[in-house]
Amino acid sequence: MIINSEFFPLTDVATRFVNQLVHCRRLGLSVKEASEHHVLIELPYSQDIIGYPDTGVIHGGVITTLIDTTCGTAVVCAILDKYKSLEISPTLDLRVDYMRPAEPNKPVYAFAECYRLSSSVAFTRAIAYQSSIDDPIAHAVGSFMRISPEMVGEEFRQALMGNVTEVKHD
Amino acid sequence: MTDLTTEQINASSSEIMDVRNVVKRAIELNDYSYLLAKVPYSQFIGMSVERFGDEMVFKLPAKDDNIGNPILPAIHGGVIAGFMEMSAIVQLMVFMQAKKVPKIVDFSIDYLRAGLHQDTFAECKITRQGRRVANVSINCWQTNRKQLIATARAHFLIE
Repeated sequence: MIINSEFFPLTDVATRFVNQLVHCRRLGLSVKEASEHHVLIELPYSQDIIGYPDTGVIHGGVITTLIDTTCGTAVVCAILDKYKSLEISPTLDLRVDYMRPAEPNKPVYAFAECYRLSSSVAFTRAIAYQSSIDDPIAHAVGSFMRISPEMVGEEFRQALMGNVTEVKHD
Repeated sequence: MTDLTTEQINASSSEIMDVRNVVKRAIELNDYSYLLAKVPYSQFIGMSVERFGDEMVFKLPAKDDNIGNPILPAIHGGVIAGFMEMSAIVQLMVFMQAKKVPKIVDFSIDYLRAGLHQDTFAECKITRQGRRVANVSINCWQTNRKQLIATARAHFLIE
């Protein structure tokens, strides 16, 4: 299923973005693909994120976190491609519909696209799945607020563009 | 009130978690940490809960691992959502004397302000409880209960 990241030119910048987010490092999220149209991120299974101890099914909150991160990254990529500028968009709202529980001991993938970029809002949709995107765990839509590129600190910009020593992974 | 020995509790939790007993015990002791300790994710983000009469207030203490944006710094929006979802689950379990952990059907959140790197609180309202589905609304704030950082509503399958 996974896929040569060389075909997707924004994979590196998306990876650096996700690695800047402390909680995402803690969850072990990894970017598999990123382009101006989409982002694909993997969430590994772990005992720490179980929400239903009887079955070992992971918590809905982790799925929401994965989806929020993937949609947010898709917005960063879409803006970077269209405006050649870096904006970090905060989430306005997010709705997640759960189709079925995630199977334990398997990673979860989230595929997100930014399907409309207006002057002040970015609209995204996402699907979370395991073995096949045709058998989803969750569907989501989210909108993100656009902020001016100046709001992104210089240090953060440098880290994202890869002009700075690698982010420490702890 | 029936007294549950530690042995009974351990026996039930080692196999299939006996939700009804866990909830019952938490209510009797007015100590919900025991209930939260059964769910790894709530430990992972570090949440806790206190009950004041019929009200429950959920707390997410400031924790470095929960940060998303390191510049502000701000709590990851997904952690806020996860915290609110877990709060709703506990609220349902306690006020319905649930036999099973309620299953999430959908979750819809509005972010109103950045969640700064400080203690965060949530309260839930069971808006409607039917036979199979319950509707819960959740409010989340930091320094002032009137200045919400997020509101959410969710549906859960019960029983």
